[in-house]
Amino acid sequence: MTTVASQPQAGVSLELRGIARRFESTGVVAIESLDLDVPAGQFLAIIGPSGCGKSTLLRVIAGLDRANAGELRIQQPTPQRTSEAGPSGPGYYAPTPRVRTAYVFQDAHLLPWRTVLKNVSLPLELAGAARADRERAARDALNQVGLSDAIERYPAQLSGGMRMRVSLARALVTDPKLLLLDEPFAALDEITRQQLDDQLRRLWRERGMTVIFVTHSIGEATFLADRAIVFSRRPARIVLDHMLDLPAERTMALRADPAFARQTGLLFQALQRGGAC
Amino acid sequence: MPRARSNRWSWLGAVLPPVFVFVVLTLAAEVWLRVRDVKPFIVPTPSRVFSAVREAPGDLLASTCKTAAAALIGFGASALAGVAVAIGLSSTRLIRNAFYPYTVFFQTVPVVAIAPMLVIWFEAGLQSVAICAFIVSVFPVIANTLAGLLSTDPALRDLFKLYGAGPLSRLWKLRLPWALPNIITGLRIAAGLSVIGAIVGEFVATELSGNAGLGVVIATSARYGRTDRVFAAILAASLLGLLMLCAVNLVGYLSLRRWHASEQ
Repeated sequence: MTTVASQPQAGVSLELRGIARRFESTGVVAIESLDLDVPAGQFLAIIGPSGCGKSTLLRVIAGLDRANAGELRIQQPTPQRTSEAGPSGPGYYAPTPRVRTAYVFQDAHLLPWRTVLKNVSLPLELAGAARADRERAARDALNQVGLSDAIERYPAQLSGGMRMRVSLARALVTDPKLLLLDEPFAALDEITRQQLDDQLRRLWRERGMTVIFVTHSIGEATFLADRAIVFSRRPARIVLDHMLDLPAERTMALRADPAFARQTGLLFQALQRGGAC
Repeated sequence: MPRARSNRWSWLGAVLPPVFVFVVLTLAAEVWLRVRDVKPFIVPTPSRVFSAVREAPGDLLASTCKTAAAALIGFGASALAGVAVAIGLSSTRLIRNAFYPYTVFFQTVPVVAIAPMLVIWFEAGLQSVAICAFIVSVFPVIANTLAGLLSTDPALRDLFKLYGAGPLSRLWKLRLPWALPNIITGLRIAAGLSVIGAIVGEFVATELSGNAGLGVVIATSARYGRTDRVFAAILAASLLGLLMLCAVNLVGYLSLRRWHASEQ
């Protein structure tokens, strides 16, 4: 297991049992009954054909959508004794779990009337943090995505890749324990996308939060993740659950490595079995 | 900056063409009316209209100010009430379905018909005229603001939900700014309509003492066949509407220029 040893508590673990989601109005069954365990600090990639229920699952985990059946448990691996953790519970991540969950959409979805800095500090502003604190945290987050010289600009003045970086910084600013990304770089050109993949992987290695990354790109999943899950066509069922056999330290050059190709090959076959191609 | 230099004279490009059109049309009308020998009480020549303005510029200005006061009060009330009503309507589908059809009342009611009632309820005077201006101009603000409030990006709604934002911060930090371009559009339409509403209101609901508003000038001048004064008042009313529209445009430009495509 490739959890980051230096920061074992930085992420949450997830336990999904019999999660089902169907949409009454259309009769579509997105997920029939899904079991999934994600250990704390894991980088999990979910691959599947479009419209297979990946995004629905992510929304259910984020609490943006409700499952019709099943159980979802999000746990802190060790009990927190800080006042924030509330009554000395059994380690359940009970207090305001949403604040520590961050979600990155397929497009940047920034507030166009706010500067980059104000966009990134928004989550802390909504949580009621003091102005000085939230701006310091926002500057830090922007530093980490390499955008510290664009803080006073407006989204309309940025390129697509820069906007996506702002979106990523906005997700990181709350120091999330769980980072959910829904095909975040799909609309970007290949080079920008690889740069952002690289940056995301480094950020995860530094912070050790749990990451669930939905994508339809096999290459991206292989490069980024510890573990890849391949979904079938709707209703989503797990065709392959695979620990990626690649080094923890990954550079762009890895994409040309035969080991990389072997891993992508496995995922590709699984996608075909699931009825994607 | 080179950009600033090129912008210094760019306002001329916005002002000169309409002025040119005005001058050409006025001259054409003057010539045509003289050649065809149209009687002044049917259609006055532009030169007669201008001399009617010169005859008593102070009176015309006082009338315009009076109408402007009513139009501005009505417009201000439309802006506030229109946005407030739209916020209420946007809250739930049930409320929207229940009340939205009734807001259409404001768009369809003939204000000439309702003005005598206003006189009965509120007495003739500024208040009744301002209410006429309000009735005529509120619907576009409601309809446009509502459209803006309902079109908030679903992903951003999710984001605010994820970070536990309450209804007030959703309104102030997301929904109203998102609707701002639509609100400005609504106000643009309301600006002109409020002048129309005030003038129509003055036909019926003005008090008989004191200065006469433009509506009264139009009504009495028409009765005495002074079409030159009618047109002078119409000219003043048009300028008033244009001025209010320019003010709304300025507010729109200042608030949207950094982020909205319509002002970039």
